[in-house]
Amino acid sequence: MGIEKVIAAPAFDASEAQQRCAEFRLRILEMSQRVTALHMAPAFSCMEITDAIYSGLMHDDQQNKSSDTFIMSKGHGYLAQLVILESRGVIPISEINRYCTPEGILGAHPDLGTPGIAAATGSLGHGLGMSLGIAIAERNMAESREMLPGTVYVVLSDGELQEGSTWESIILASSLGVRNLVAVVDNNDYQSLGKTSETHPSLYPLAEKFESFGWEAATVDGHDSSAIVESISSRVGDRPFMLVAKTIKGKGVSFMENVPVWHYRSPSVEECAVAVAEITGR
Amino acid sequence: MRLRFAETLARLAYEDPRIYIVVADISPAGPMVEFRDRFPERFINVGVAEQAMIGVCAGLALRGMRPFAYTIATFALYRPFEFIRDDLAYQNLPVTVVGIGGGVIYSTLGGTHHAQEDVAIASAIPNMGVVAPCDPDEAEAVTNYLVARESGGPVYMRIGKAGEPNITSGIRSPFEFGKIRTFYRGTGDIAILSYGLMMHEAVKVADALSASGRSVTLVSTPTLKPLDTEGLAEILASHRNVVVLEEHAPQGGLASQVKQLAWDTNACCDLRTFTLKDEFIHCYGTHADLLRAHGLGVREIVGQL
Repeated sequence: MGIEKVIAAPAFDASEAQQRCAEFRLRILEMSQRVTALHMAPAFSCMEITDAIYSGLMHDDQQNKSSDTFIMSKGHGYLAQLVILESRGVIPISEINRYCTPEGILGAHPDLGTPGIAAATGSLGHGLGMSLGIAIAERNMAESREMLPGTVYVVLSDGELQEGSTWESIILASSLGVRNLVAVVDNNDYQSLGKTSETHPSLYPLAEKFESFGWEAATVDGHDSSAIVESISSRVGDRPFMLVAKTIKGKGVSFMENVPVWHYRSPSVEECAVAVAEITGR
Repeated sequence: MRLRFAETLARLAYEDPRIYIVVADISPAGPMVEFRDRFPERFINVGVAEQAMIGVCAGLALRGMRPFAYTIATFALYRPFEFIRDDLAYQNLPVTVVGIGGGVIYSTLGGTHHAQEDVAIASAIPNMGVVAPCDPDEAEAVTNYLVARESGGPVYMRIGKAGEPNITSGIRSPFEFGKIRTFYRGTGDIAILSYGLMMHEAVKVADALSASGRSVTLVSTPTLKPLDTEGLAEILASHRNVVVLEEHAPQGGLASQVKQLAWDTNACCDLRTFTLKDEFIHCYGTHADLLRAHGLGVREIVGQL
């Protein structure tokens, strides 16, 4: 039974999504000129994923369904979420401008207590377990109120798939028959010391692994916003769902793409100008 | 103690839909079985997966639930330590982590099953509370408190196994989180402090000292964090001799904290502490055998006082 499909997802326009994601990348580049260290390339990697979830999948319908939840398990993807929360008025512009300063409330990783943040992350391998707990609570609460349960969307990194705790939660989610849990792997194939597929070749291909552990799974281009929304919203929904999103770390800026140092480096004024020109197409 | 904890929690869980019991492949004690059969959606066995046990508890608590994670102390606290720190304590969530068999109670199972530094480890984490009831009645009082409290973060609860007799039944001072309990009060000669299962040995030490003519004060500290520094400072100030008995490593438990408090408060009593050794002892036998091997036999202690 595809219970999550009962309520139709809002209309999703691919060209609008492309425009939004370009603006989000520009906003992050702008931030990069004020702080010395930020996770830019990991955010560019999951920009379309995060935007697709917020704009194309999460929706509030308090009458029939409890709220959806978003968790950035790869805490170093936080910038992608922050600029989206800013665009939605959840986090004020003034706070984004005080990012990583003692005057503000925002650090480099999601923190509980920050508006729009459902759980603190930053250490890898924690997000899926917490998401599972939230999904169970949502399911049981919805049952007692005769509503549909809110869906928990969680974004994982592919490096995080090397954490044993992630696999504890993967087998547990399927054993408990949790349906209102959707995980997306930001599969950019990079971790600090090289390619994830070279560190642990036997972990690949990914989708089959999740299927063999009782999840429904699919693979898409992680920078194709429509494909992400379509794949998740057309899931069967009788078990937890894992989307393997093939991405490029640093996507959108040629000199950042697949270059590890941009995991936390900030661009110089000149580099920033080149990056802005590439994103705006000028 | 384990059985009374299970009875109390199951009884409260029937009434309170916020209570979840999350176990890691440990056989549910007595009344928990009936709870599991009636409310399977609120009894979760994660299997041998303690990190998931804590993560799931955090997620449940983020949605207003009151989860109890439950397994053997070493696996409840040590294996998922960073999950307890980040998911529970950093987010200050009201999750109780129940460690069965704290200390060296699993006396035949070897060092892998001995939680001899659990109080120090749990106490070191900001926001974390630590309690160690000494008998079934106290375990019930602690459980009632942990469910009824309206605020507060995670708590590590060290409990024994099964079959411990009640020793708090007749005492006038009730259990109160963060407070010491006075079993009886002497005239200022010697005060004995302990907690958890070691409290039973403390009763015997106190009895032996009383029989030899000493005037004894007997105090338990069921809450190790926050420690009742005011109550303990009063004991240090009003007795010529203070003795701490503890089934825990010498560092970071009650003994070292009372020493620190004595310094901080300029106490001038004679202070003696008896703890587990800072060693893995490859000794197998009864719980009493293990305590003796660590120098915590009643006769050995009394002989030094």
